[in-house]
Amino acid sequence: MSSLSVSERTAISVEDVSVTYRTSFEKAPTLRSTVTRLGRRERVVREVEAVRNVTFDVPHGTVLGVVGANGAGKSTLVRTIAGILPPNSGRIEVHGRVSTLLALGVGFNRKLSGRENVVLGGLAAGIKREQLAEKYDDIVRFAELEDFIDMPMRTYSSGMYGRLAFSVAVNMDPDILLIDEALSAGDARFRRKSAEKMRELCGEDRTVILVSHALGTIKELADQAIWMHKGQLRMWDDPETVVSAYTEFLEVRQDAVTLEDV
Amino acid sequence: MSTPTLSPRRSRHRREDEFTGERHVYEPHSVGLPPLRSYLRELWRRREFAVELSRTKLREQHFDTAFGQLWLVLNPLLLAGVYYVLVDILRRGGAQGEGFFAHLMAGIFAYYFILNSLTVGVKSVTRGGRLILNSAFPRALLPLSAVITAFMRFVPTLLIYVPVHLASGLPIGPHLLWVIPIVALLVLLACGLSMLVAAAQVYFRDLSSFLPYVLRIWLYVSPVLYYAEDVPDRYKFILDVNPLGGLLTAWSDVLNRGHAPEAWSMLLGLAWGLGLFVVAGLFFLSREREFAVRL
Repeated sequence: MSSLSVSERTAISVEDVSVTYRTSFEKAPTLRSTVTRLGRRERVVREVEAVRNVTFDVPHGTVLGVVGANGAGKSTLVRTIAGILPPNSGRIEVHGRVSTLLALGVGFNRKLSGRENVVLGGLAAGIKREQLAEKYDDIVRFAELEDFIDMPMRTYSSGMYGRLAFSVAVNMDPDILLIDEALSAGDARFRRKSAEKMRELCGEDRTVILVSHALGTIKELADQAIWMHKGQLRMWDDPETVVSAYTEFLEVRQDAVTLEDV
Repeated sequence: MSTPTLSPRRSRHRREDEFTGERHVYEPHSVGLPPLRSYLRELWRRREFAVELSRTKLREQHFDTAFGQLWLVLNPLLLAGVYYVLVDILRRGGAQGEGFFAHLMAGIFAYYFILNSLTVGVKSVTRGGRLILNSAFPRALLPLSAVITAFMRFVPTLLIYVPVHLASGLPIGPHLLWVIPIVALLVLLACGLSMLVAAAQVYFRDLSSFLPYVLRIWLYVSPVLYYAEDVPDRYKFILDVNPLGGLLTAWSDVLNRGHAPEAWSMLLGLAWGLGLFVVAGLFFLSREREFAVRL
């Protein structure tokens, strides 16, 4: 391993990345509202600077915890790393196959069964059908959903949802796993199991980015942590330091953010 | 999209790796278009996804059972019946030739292929919510999958047409091979239109509720309920500005009149099909990176 150059040891490098997007105040933009607004010349879009000039990098085999209040840009950052959102400036380089588990989603169509969702999600992620068939049993077994896998996903509890999503993501043999708020789904036993699986993945020289409000989980699993605040990188250090600084910040501010998951 | 600031280490050739392989580089898209070659390669690599998506959609509609298929065929068939009665009444009966019902039916079936592509396609992106938010893949797969769905529903209607064609005593011969390029152009047109409406639906969520009215009018201005040659000269231009005008004229020439289509109708169909496909494709591609924040 020592012969590898620096860039090859880096799994993810984020250089001065900013993500801005425009949102409209309307819930759903419609032709009707656009036409009826024509005469009035109002601008109903607002630019949101979700991520501002963030720079950090993650070496291979590292678990990076991401903490921050709601709306701090954590999810946007992770989506940008996954290639789902384009950065407006800066550059992101990712070495390895990415598997995402953002905001608990495999089930994009709740009418379809768990099986169909897994197959479609996998194919969309670029996994071959044969590979998928091979992994399929492992996915179901890990999620402990043998009895439910052929039922429509609308009948699933949110815990079952989360278990399936986690199971798909970790069983796709990712080099890099991006997890957003996933570990809090499922009961205590499944959380322990998923934490174990993550540790195992990290042992295999894989990289994990873990976004969570569960500060206990971050402290336990992460090797490094970053703290996002209003789109900016406030701190990048070892998890103990970041979590205690973040906790202190929350207490001082008397913020409504709870730490119930700790 | 705002204009990107240039970073010194930015290099163009690296962008080729977009979705593939072991190394991904994400940078601002300066012109809004992703690198086309790697995009198309990825699109092709994940074609199975589009097929599977359409298969699950068809399964939802019970396409895999005999009665389910019958039901899907019955709808355009009944519609052909309704329009036949309607047109017959308007004409005060008997004015149409022998093969008119066959013409009407073939036209309705072809038109319904386009209509299905559009109505399934228009919501393909907005319905893909979680999938779009959670994984990076060429989004064009979603509207293209809608075209596959519509095509799978189109094929059995063609089989229904065969006995009607025979019963009406319409000519059979090598000219029927023209059906293949016409259907190919219809597919091209359907792909373009599906991408166009799918992308537009993201920005105007009520487009899907306006669409049925547009589609209804479109049917009336297309040579389905009447023969193209019955159109008075001063209205002939409608056939030219109608993306389906040329193709449906050719369709009826081949199936009903028993001769090869005229060059102008095929060229018109090609121009509309290719033009819309390219324009809509570029529009879709330039917008698709934005879909994730718009949903």
